[in-house]
Amino acid sequence: MSKEKFITLKSTAVPLSIENIDTDQIIPARFLKATTREGFGENLFRDWRYTQHETPKTDFVLNDPTYSGKILVAGKNFGCGSSREHAAWSIYDYGFRVVISSFFADIFKNNALNNALLPVQVSDEFLKNIFEFVERNPETQITVDLSQQKVVLEDGTSESFDINPYKKTCLMNGYDDIDYLLSLRDEIKYFELAH
Amino acid sequence: MQQPKTLFDKIWDAHIVKNSEGYPDALYIDRHFIHEVTSPQAFDGLRKRGIKVFNPSRTTATADHNVPTKDQHLPIKEALSRHQVETLRKNCPEFGIELYDLGHPYQGIVHIIGPELGLTLPGMTIVCGDSHTSTHGAFGNIAFGIGTSEVEQVLATQCVLQYRPKTMLIEINGTLPKGVVAKDIILYIISKLSASGATGYFVEYAGDAIRSLSMEARMTICNMSIEMGARGGLIAPDETTFKYIKGRKFAPQGETYHRLVEQWRQLKSDEGATYDEFVKFDAADIAPMITYGTNPGMGIKVTDRIPTLNELKNISEQTSFSKSLDYMGLEPGAAILGKLIDYVFIGSCTNARIEDLRLVASMVKGKQKASNVEVWVVPGSKQVENQAREEGLDKIFEAAGFQLRQPGCSACLGMNEDKIPAGKYCISTSNRNFEGRQGPKSRTFLASPLSAAAAAITGKVTDVRELVDSF
Repeated sequence: MSKEKFITLKSTAVPLSIENIDTDQIIPARFLKATTREGFGENLFRDWRYTQHETPKTDFVLNDPTYSGKILVAGKNFGCGSSREHAAWSIYDYGFRVVISSFFADIFKNNALNNALLPVQVSDEFLKNIFEFVERNPETQITVDLSQQKVVLEDGTSESFDINPYKKTCLMNGYDDIDYLLSLRDEIKYFELAH
Repeated sequence: MQQPKTLFDKIWDAHIVKNSEGYPDALYIDRHFIHEVTSPQAFDGLRKRGIKVFNPSRTTATADHNVPTKDQHLPIKEALSRHQVETLRKNCPEFGIELYDLGHPYQGIVHIIGPELGLTLPGMTIVCGDSHTSTHGAFGNIAFGIGTSEVEQVLATQCVLQYRPKTMLIEINGTLPKGVVAKDIILYIISKLSASGATGYFVEYAGDAIRSLSMEARMTICNMSIEMGARGGLIAPDETTFKYIKGRKFAPQGETYHRLVEQWRQLKSDEGATYDEFVKFDAADIAPMITYGTNPGMGIKVTDRIPTLNELKNISEQTSFSKSLDYMGLEPGAAILGKLIDYVFIGSCTNARIEDLRLVASMVKGKQKASNVEVWVVPGSKQVENQAREEGLDKIFEAAGFQLRQPGCSACLGMNEDKIPAGKYCISTSNRNFEGRQGPKSRTFLASPLSAAAAAITGKVTDVRELVDSF
């Protein structure tokens, strides 16, 4: 089934300079009870966004009107922990289309790629630059160009990023893995018989 | 001559259905486990596409994450949890999948029931929408956690699309010191490699210290592979493995069993096989471990002090480290030994098998829990619960003031009724000490069942070696 296509994105960014952000922080387990994929955005970073009495914490970046945009910039080892795809769904549902970090956990990365959310891995130094840029000027625009595999900052500095060619094609065309696997059904049946 | 191969590569290669240039491998999956949390959207996907499950006999379902651990015969109180379990009850028969529901003699935590039912076997590929699927690797197979989109792939085609991860060999030789059990070994490894140190890798555990472990202890080790970022961890099968499998409900029986054992004996890495990474530890260096922070890499020997900011390897870690200690209400450089605790949780897919419960019982027999703590013992499955009762462990727990509950994920993840209250300290045999993992604002110390039992008796973080001379 087709998903939203991703080609290039120019946007302001939200900085979250914490390392090892695990999927329990992205979406706590008690909010995993829905049986659909929609609506998880309101509980994104729930326990960092709200106090126990459900009032917004003003010192958390998502509650800070200074910052907005479709790009989330986070510290290294983003998305570690549980395999819950709800983490990718909640980030997407909130409105982000890109997460930039210097390191991603494997399962999160796969889940993001399967949901039209682009994980962009940059060097530690470049990540530091991005944080400085965004914190100095929250209006600064960052360009994420998937076709060129490049992140470009407003002063023209840029860094390229890796993505495997298959996933790149999927994202740029809105394809998903099941379409491809379903095309192999006969081969799978044959394999199963011989296995 | 053929290039020497790792066990991981042998199993992976034997399951490739299609390997095309520029595409990830289409990998055939022998065994698929599902539970109520990560499957509903996958079934919905099948409905939207109008397709059936490719091979329903290769998928097994159970309810574990949302279930209460008391009064399981009554309807689940919380509406959303109940709805999720009911959705599984509707989806499984509709798509022809076997479900071990609440009250069924085979129900339990998904990673506990697979091995105990003989569904988990050497040489297989195993997936589940759950990161602790790595547990099954203890039997010498490739087992890893997947997301819901991938659950849908497996249901639709019995395959997942995956890129081959790199391989890492972790070898541990020597004799384990007293008071050290499997949980300490893995907490020690993660403390050395960090919470992201094995990301991108699939780990093989080897060495005589690993060989000497029981199957249940090996499962504890493989279970936490994901906590250092590894997709999974495996241990080559041996006589211990074959003996464990023999006679289990769905394991091959009679002649088939013997024939398969001969095949399984070949499941080992070749002499001279190369790994992308190799790490070696001495068992003698390991001690009873405990975590002090909010990721499983933040672990120390129970007698050590919490690091100071200056002792961190990277300056960039300082902010996250301070945030973490702040959350835990702990000071850099402080001792952790003697820290008062409020709860003890013995359970989870890491440590809720019968050997774990026996270990706890051996420690608490004839003793009483401290008055400041509440102790929950949650068996990993109905079979474990029944076995514990048969052996009279329930009487020992009862006499000590512990609650023996019914099987489920319980306080490991704060999704069901069992939650640690805000600000309270829990010494837990589970696998994650993330902020709020055991309930909003809860504070977790990860440790072995032995250390948890010792803390239950003293009411504080305790060096188990001081409590019992015989260990």
